[in-house]
Amino acid sequence: MNRITTLFNGVKRQSQARLLSIYFTAGFPELNETMRILRALQDGGVDMVEIGMPYSDPIADGETIQQSNNKALENGMTVKILFEQLADMRKTITIPILLMGYINPVLQFGVENFCKKCAELGIDGLIIPDLPLDVYLDQYKAIFDAYGILNIFLVTPQTSEKRIRQIDEVSEGFIYTVSSASVTGSKSGISHEMESYFERLNAMQLRNQRLIGFGIKDYKTFQKASDHAAGAIIGSAFIRFLNESKDLEEEIEFFVKSFKNSPETIEA
Amino acid sequence: MKTIVQKKLYHVDSRGYYGSFGGAFIPEMLYSKIEELRENYLSIIAEPSFQKEYNDLLHNYVGRPTPLYRANRLSTKYKTNIFLKREDLCHTGAHKVNNTIGQILMAKKLGKKRVVAETGAGQHGVATATVCALMNIECIIYMGEIDIERQAPNVARMKMLGAEVRPATSGSRTLKDATNEAMRHWITNCAGTHYIIGSVVGPHPCPDMVARFQSIISEEIRWQLKVQTGKETPDYVVACVGGGSNAAGAFYHFLDDEDVKLVAVEAAGQGISSGYSAATTVLGKPGVLHGSHTILMQTADGQVMEPSSISAGLDYPGIGPQHAYLFDSGRGTFMSATDDEAIQAAFELTRFEGIIPALESSHALAVLGKLSASEHDNVIVNLSGRGDKDMATYMKYIY
Repeated sequence: MNRITTLFNGVKRQSQARLLSIYFTAGFPELNETMRILRALQDGGVDMVEIGMPYSDPIADGETIQQSNNKALENGMTVKILFEQLADMRKTITIPILLMGYINPVLQFGVENFCKKCAELGIDGLIIPDLPLDVYLDQYKAIFDAYGILNIFLVTPQTSEKRIRQIDEVSEGFIYTVSSASVTGSKSGISHEMESYFERLNAMQLRNQRLIGFGIKDYKTFQKASDHAAGAIIGSAFIRFLNESKDLEEEIEFFVKSFKNSPETIEA
Repeated sequence: MKTIVQKKLYHVDSRGYYGSFGGAFIPEMLYSKIEELRENYLSIIAEPSFQKEYNDLLHNYVGRPTPLYRANRLSTKYKTNIFLKREDLCHTGAHKVNNTIGQILMAKKLGKKRVVAETGAGQHGVATATVCALMNIECIIYMGEIDIERQAPNVARMKMLGAEVRPATSGSRTLKDATNEAMRHWITNCAGTHYIIGSVVGPHPCPDMVARFQSIISEEIRWQLKVQTGKETPDYVVACVGGGSNAAGAFYHFLDDEDVKLVAVEAAGQGISSGYSAATTVLGKPGVLHGSHTILMQTADGQVMEPSSISAGLDYPGIGPQHAYLFDSGRGTFMSATDDEAIQAAFELTRFEGIIPALESSHALAVLGKLSASEHDNVIVNLSGRGDKDMATYMKYIY
């Protein structure tokens, strides 16, 4: 069974799951750190990882992830190189792995070739924000299904109930809940308005569980988001951390733990 | 016996496509905004009150109809009949205002309180700031940091008109990045903001909406040509293409007249194979840019490439999806002109006809010698803008 499906099937009570998913941009801060970062995240106890495929024009991303994309491209990262780096991934990595990126590089690689490669490497799912639902259903779903790759969809506070139900119908794995009308790296925290939107989703009794992303940056925001979903996703905060980190392995483990354990526990 | 020929559809279909090009490749964060536009734009445009206000403003504010002028000396030189569609005489100096007038009325009908737009050379930014001043609507213009430096007069015009000019500091800090920033702004600012896109690019329905607002150009050409020559359709319509809004407007009412050759001229920059070019159909491949499936300049890995042209308005790595379809289907003839050829054409028009054209429009003029038009043919060149903004560039060539 797909590792993402297994992970979410294992969740008995949503509010206790507190799944932590972390995003990082492949090729940032250095070209060849992908496996090292991945292993350190797993060792730190992260539940799932989204590996970003850098793109020149990431319109859904804020400044932090844009800059990491630019740096990764300057470092020479490409889809092909990323696949080479991940060739032996499943010898050491057991947690679910997703690739996140924009549609154009996937189109140029060829959607079928791309899914085939993902299946070979043990990648479990894709998040492609600018691949529209209707195009996915018309042209690509059969390919994704044939290779057992899950396509993860986003919902936002502006997504209508009808569309949420449609997305839920098509989704497998989980639904990526965008916390607010923003690009990644929003610094606003979790407002009451957001919490009532999360609860509105809970009340809909969807087939799929949700992870909350955008604006999750510390223990408090992670825990607060996790009160209303199966867990949450950290992106920009981890990129900012990588930018400053001196000793990746040791510090990544500490970073991951800082979301799971309250600051008091760590200090003690 | 009548045979029924399947007529090719060059306009957008009900799904938002031109052949395989177009669509709306947008993140979910933009879905509800695009949906609102898609559901409303056609009915709003059709409303009599909209039509009345739009036409009134085009006539009394923009100065339409713009003249269709037979360029006699140029016609003699090229041994054909050249007519210039004088979009350079529009208020603000280019065709861009046809779109922004329509868009600001659309924004009002949708109850929007704020407008955001991107600009490259600043022409679309000025046209947007102009209509925002006219309608007393808040205006934010994103412009690449590099373009802000090299287009200072237009930045000053936008500011004088009351717009806030925000530098796009990401990526290459030019038009493509200003477009990214404007889209991000649109994502972050919920219901009250209308995004006035400057060309026939972006997710459906943006390309079709802009083309409709620019279609006034070919609507006028038809009746003006009839008055002057007795014929409603010309043999050639020539227009430059960056994103392609002036070309889309000049071609619009001739798309189904298959005898009319539609000539789109791209910017070859320093030469097609120089590495400094913006000739998208020669150098590009199908892919997704700014929300539509189109042809764009990209690396083998699918990263968007930086174009290059002496003309900031043509310095864009893609073309609108309708143009991609005109290219792909063969309905359009795509040519290109280098920086040097455009400069030469600008000086030629200036000395032959006393009209200083914009650098963008000069690319269209630059192919006149390559059309093999006969002495009986009527050739329309869409003179999309005037050259005032380009004087700093032209001055370098005056000895």
